[in-house]
Amino acid sequence: MLPFLFYFAAAIAVGTAISVVLSRNAVYSAILLVACFFSLALIYLLLEAYFLAVLEIFIYAGAIMVLFLFVIMLLNLGQEKAQEHLKYLQRGLSLFLVIVFFLGISLIFLSDSTVLHQSHETFDAGGVNALGEALFTKYLLPFEVASLLLLVALIGTVYLAKRKIS
Amino acid sequence: MIVPLEHVIALSLAIFSAGVAGVLFRRNAITIFMSIELMLNAVNLALVGFSRYYNSVDGQVFVFLVMTLAAAEVAVGLAIIVAVYRNRQTVNIDEINLMKN
Repeated sequence: MLPFLFYFAAAIAVGTAISVVLSRNAVYSAILLVACFFSLALIYLLLEAYFLAVLEIFIYAGAIMVLFLFVIMLLNLGQEKAQEHLKYLQRGLSLFLVIVFFLGISLIFLSDSTVLHQSHETFDAGGVNALGEALFTKYLLPFEVASLLLLVALIGTVYLAKRKIS
Repeated sequence: MIVPLEHVIALSLAIFSAGVAGVLFRRNAITIFMSIELMLNAVNLALVGFSRYYNSVDGQVFVFLVMTLAAAEVAVGLAIIVAVYRNRQTVNIDEINLMKN
């Protein structure tokens, strides 16, 4: 039952990810991206990363996508003009690069089965307890630096978005 | 683990490739930005899979930090897109060539 659920969520995630790229309308892309984040959250749950599943929905589907939708509304983009054309050379080269990337990494990673053997059956690191303990002891400095990063981003955004007075 | 680690990595790889394709094919700056989010999520998925596989919490801490970074990056990036749109009335990256030459 649970493996079936994983493959179901994986199919939805891949399908919505490809539709995000193919969709002409930016609003549809945003909605499909939210669906992709929800299926990824389900996969996190199945991988026993409970806290991260909740964070995925709160931060990505909640905060980040609302920001995206606000900007799409603000810019009034709507339907993209059909004259968004790439040169055939550019298009072929891009497709070639994507396929080479996909096949290359899959060959490197998935053919070498000596690295991936039996995994641990028990897992006790998915909850808030373990994550919080690691975050505030071993990874305290990166945690503080992340807060500084958020402050810098806040100041930068306010400066960039404000209307110039001159 | 309910599924082999290879399957998690394959899923992560597929989503990352979709993001790469989005960056290479699309000309709309906002869609390109969403593709970057897709790539970040693919990396997060791989980290969660490895964290489960090695029974260690370290990977999940990195996912936490990547999420923080994604939030900061989206805020700044969208502010830049809004500023560019205000000046050029377009978000097509082919027409934004102020710094060319």
